[in-house]
Parts: sequence; C-alpha cells; structure tokens
Amino acid sequence: MKRITIEPVSRIEGHAKITIQLDDLGHVANTEFSVTQVRGFEKFTEGHPFYEMPGITARICGICPISHLLASAKACDAIMAVRIPPVARKLRELVHFAQIVQSHALSFFYLSAPDFLLGMDSDPASRNVLGVIAGHPELAREGIELRKFGLLIVEGLAQERVHPSWIVPGGVATPLSNATRDRILSELPAAKGIAERTLQFFKGALDQYKEEIEFFGSFPTMYAGMVDAKGNLQLYDGGLRFRSATGDVVEDYVPAEEYSNYIGEASLRESYLKAPFFKPIGYPGGVYRVGPLGRLNAASQCGTPKADAEFREFHQRFGTVAHSAFLYHYARLIEIVHALEKIETLLDDTRILETHTRATAGVNALEGVGMIEAPRGTLIHHYKVSEEGAITWANLIVATGHNNLAIGRSVQQVSEHFIDGTKLTEGMLNRVSAVVRAYDPCLSCSTHASGLLAMQIRLLDANGGVLDELMTD
Amino acid sequence: MPQKKISIRIDGELISALEGQTILQAAKANGKYIPTLCDLDGLTSVGACRICLVEVSGSERLFPACTTPIQEGMSVTTNSPKLTRYRRISVELLLIERNHVCAVCVSNGHCELQTMASALGIGTVGLAYNFPKLSIDMSHPRFVLDHNRCILCTRCVRVCAELEGAHMWELTSRGIHARIVSEMNEQWGKATSCTSCGKCVHACPTGALAEKGWAVEEMVKKIDAVTSLVHRRGAQV
Repeated sequence: MKRITIEPVSRIEGHAKITIQLDDLGHVANTEFSVTQVRGFEKFTEGHPFYEMPGITARICGICPISHLLASAKACDAIMAVRIPPVARKLRELVHFAQIVQSHALSFFYLSAPDFLLGMDSDPASRNVLGVIAGHPELAREGIELRKFGLLIVEGLAQERVHPSWIVPGGVATPLSNATRDRILSELPAAKGIAERTLQFFKGALDQYKEEIEFFGSFPTMYAGMVDAKGNLQLYDGGLRFRSATGDVVEDYVPAEEYSNYIGEASLRESYLKAPFFKPIGYPGGVYRVGPLGRLNAASQCGTPKADAEFREFHQRFGTVAHSAFLYHYARLIEIVHALEKIETLLDDTRILETHTRATAGVNALEGVGMIEAPRGTLIHHYKVSEEGAITWANLIVATGHNNLAIGRSVQQVSEHFIDGTKLTEGMLNRVSAVVRAYDPCLSCSTHASGLLAMQIRLLDANGGVLDELMTD
Repeated sequence: MPQKKISIRIDGELISALEGQTILQAAKANGKYIPTLCDLDGLTSVGACRICLVEVSGSERLFPACTTPIQEGMSVTTNSPKLTRYRRISVELLLIERNHVCAVCVSNGHCELQTMASALGIGTVGLAYNFPKLSIDMSHPRFVLDHNRCILCTRCVRVCAELEGAHMWELTSRGIHARIVSEMNEQWGKATSCTSCGKCVHACPTGALAEKGWAVEEMVKKIDAVTSLVHRRGAQV
C-alpha cells in the first residue's frame, strides 16, 4: 500500500496538501485535502475597535481585499445600524464588480489557463502563465488587459489597487469623479469584447474537456449563492439561496444575520480549514458548493441581458443544476460578462456622481453580520462588540471554506479516475491539483492563513515511508 | 532685565542665542533643524525619545538637544554618521517595543513616528519584535487609547497638565512596563478630570490616541491647533 502527498498545491492562493492513499494494487483507496497553515484573525482582532476591522481583515488576502473590506464594512454598518447613502451602495457595488472582473481574470488566465491551453500533461516547467504568453500570446494579452481593466476601476475609485482604505463603515470615503467615470466608460467596450471572445473560445473548446467535465468534481451536491427577492444573481447584497442537487430551492433569501441557522462549521483533524455544512442536513452529508458555479446553480437568472443569454445556454448544456467543478471556469466567464454589464448600468446612471457618500454613527447594535458574494463565493463577517465598540468575538466564513468538503470529494474522484499507482506520472498528479484550482480556492483567506502559492505531492507506502515526492512552485 | 545673549556654534556656524535656552530652542530660533519626536512647541521638554541627540565638542557622550541648556562657546554638531546611527536605533527600538502595524493604523500616512522612520531611511528593522499583548481603552465616548501604538513621548501628559490644566494623564511603571494611564489608572471613560477637550489626541504623534470612528489612514492630527493655542495663550516655556 502506498500513499501520495501533494504538498504544496501550485497555482492556488495559500498552502494546501493532498494525501492519496493507494492500495497494494496501486489503486486509490482514500484521499485527504488539507490546509496547512493558520493565521488567527478571529482571535487577535478581539479588543480592537470595530471600525478598524475592514482595514485589518482586508489583510487576510491580497487578491480580493475588496471582498473582505465590503463584508467587514457591511458588518460595521449593521453595528452602527445605519442605512448607507444610496450612492455609497452603488459605488461599493461598482468596486465589487470591478474586483470580480480582475479576480476571475486572474483565476482563468493566469492560474488555470496553463492547464487547458498547454495540456494537463505538458512540461510543468512551462505550464504556467509565461508558457501561456509564449504559446497563446493574444489570449494572454487579453487576459492581462481584462484584469487591468478591473484594477483600473478599483484604483480610480479607491486611489489604490490593493488594500485601499476607501471602503469605510457607513459608506465610502470619497465620491466618484466625472473624469474617472468617463475613463472607465471609454475602456469598457474593449473589456466587454475580451470577455465575449474568451467565453466563445472556451465554449468552442469544451468538447476537448469531456473527460474533465465528467470526472472533475462531478457529483451531486447542494449549491448556495446570494439572490434578490426575484431570484436574480446578487453579488453585493441579497439573501442566501440553497438549491438542492436535484434543482429544488431548499431555503430562499436567508438574510445575513440568520446564516448560523443554516450553516454549521465542522473542524477537521488534519486541516486548519473548517468545513461548513448545511445545518438542516448536518455534517458530513450537508455538502454544498459556492462560488461562480454555486451562484449560477442557485440563481434563477443573472438579471442582465447578455449574461442571461449565456446563463440559459449554460443550463441547456449542463442541466438546471450543473455538477462538474470543471464548469467553475465556464461560470466564471459568464460572471465576468455579467459584471461588465452591471458596471455599465451603474455608470450610465448620473446619480453615481452624487457626493454624500458616508453615514456616521456610533455603536447602535452589539452584533453585526456582513455577507457578500466574493469572487470565490459567499463571504460572511460576523462581529460582536462591547457597548464601547471593541470587538469581543468575530467569526469569518470565507468562500473556500464552504467548498472544503466538496474539494475533498473532488480530489477523491479525480484521483480514483486518473491515478494509477503502478505508473505514476506528473500529469496524473497535475489533474489532482487542477481540480483544486477549478474552485479557485483562496486558502490564505479561508484559514486566514499566509503562505506561498504552492502544493506538494508525496507518495507513501503502507507504513508511511516516503516512496516518491513531487514539489511544485 | 533682558536675557543675556551668548554665542554658540551649531554645525560650525556662529549663532547668537539667549541664555537659558536649550540647544533645540537656540537651533530652532536660528533656522537649524534637529529631528524630534517627543518635543512639542510650547510644552515642557522631557528628553523621552532620544531622537534629538546631538554632539557637543569636548564630550564623548551625546546630549538631548531638547533638555540641554546652551553654554557660552558651546559647539554643537546636529548631523553626523554617529548621530544618524543612534537616531535610527532609537526609532527601531520604538518600532519593536510595541505593535506598530502601519498598514492597518488610523494614522497611517499622518504619523510622526512613521515619517521619522522614513526620513531616517528605516526600510526594515533588524531587531526582533517584542509583540506585547496590550490593551485598547475604548471607554471614552469620543476617543480611544491604543497602547499598541504609544511611544511614551508623554505629549498627552504634558498638554493635559500644562495647557488644559486637567492633568488627567500620567505615566506608570518603568522601562518596558511603562504605560500611559488616565486618572490614577481608572478607565478613560470614567475619569472625572477629563474635559474631553481632545488636545491629547491632537498632540499625540502616532495613532495611540485617536478620535473614534476613523478608518485606516483617516486620523489626521491638528497639531498646529494645539501649538497655536499655546502661543495665543502666551505660554512661555
């Protein structure tokens, strides 16, 4: 009997380890996905002023600090019990859509494209974004442009691309200038063109990935994502909808402050990443998935014309509920189209230039929950404060956490299908890493843990001795 | 009787100053820059931060410019590789002593400690961080005291005692255990002598004392309002 460990997993955010146990015949007996570092944000923020939480928790992640800023600011709005000015809400939505565009572009073009464009079995030395640039320069250039567009908006609004201090409890710090609005609008058509071309390209290539679609985390689970009262996809605000594996809406429009009635968190022996589960079903049966695929499965429609056309085609191809984790990539591209349409709608409304952007208040409630749909899925910040405003307790449920159980199952499925322990190849193990990448996990976020983007694979015998080891970086 | 004028040299230049002035006062009066952190125009000098150390000819030891009186014929050097080294060490020791996390601080971008570190070229700190577990007093309805960000300059103590006349702030314990305390170690919000004037907040060089509710980078101190008040009231130090 052998055991393979993939540690660290490459081209993801954060540190992960995969252990694959083989039986004496070289077949996969068991797998385990674990996250190997902890950071402890929930603990060390105790005692700090609640209004400093957005700035502190944004440091959980450098890829989507905007998500943490927004979820945290929304939790602070709840503690202040304020209704933020309408333009502040619009500006927060705008920066959020921009962040979705840049983060999804990063995931698709930089992290996962090397697998589909260069091949799962291609030389790992060049199976990276530089390889994509060499082999598919036009697509790589467009990916860089698209990400740049998202960051252009973030920078235009918030003055900084990473960790801006512009999103504040009660609203945003400054209004949008006419010049910035015009600049974003002038660059929008090019971004839309890239998004549509990439989506067409990906759809055209889907036939090449039949095996991946069939075996990459393709199993029935529940899905969750935020929607409005009509079931439209919502990314900034709304209620959480849970849809069953067979397509029934199990719970609808769950408000942020009631999340804990539906989501439980299990601690796993070998991982610093907790495993949220759907409480009414319990652990470990209550597996649900979030993120682009979870959202497109949970929502009834997107609510914007082009994205809705793509949404319908997506579900025509893969059913009311699409179960393959490989389709996260597809869903991500549809969401980029949606985000760009929403950006245009927001900017076309002149009220976006209103200047009263912030409400102020002290502590008016001793508890607050902020929930948004981050690029990787539902993000929940939940704080309790003293009457003076000091944090007494904090709980963060981060997108990748929700997917933890499903990622574990996906690793098992891919390993069982692709790994033959008697003739182990790097390409086999890369497929295991690739299914993890499909979820675009942010492990630094989900454990609130630090680290390099890497994964390690180890092959152990029945007694735990290392037979083979593969490091990726 | 007018104060006696005496002559000293600062960085080789002969200047005329008033007897009883400190090296720092004489330097300022003659347009010479000496870096400081704990000093605040109009308040008693205490020599707490050791950033204003200068060299005086004839002595091997360094002298804090803010508390050393001038003497006839004194020759002072305000800038040298040795002084830069000492000043850097002083600032690095302040940085490692508590938890100065600029990135998430309300005073980021408006902090005198940060500005000084930058001016001295401190990009990285070579000494091991202390990472103490320190409390934050949020009991006051308008203001907050974060010990993590305090450098014990005692500007708050002095501005409260000397300008506001309340003497609500005090220093307790010694060395690494020293802390700013409000009214006999009572919570700030319960301190009956606090007038809630906010002078301590605006005199504070870092984010240790701040107005409640500001997010990262938003706490801009009105230090000029404090010093101009000193002069409008005619205080003499």
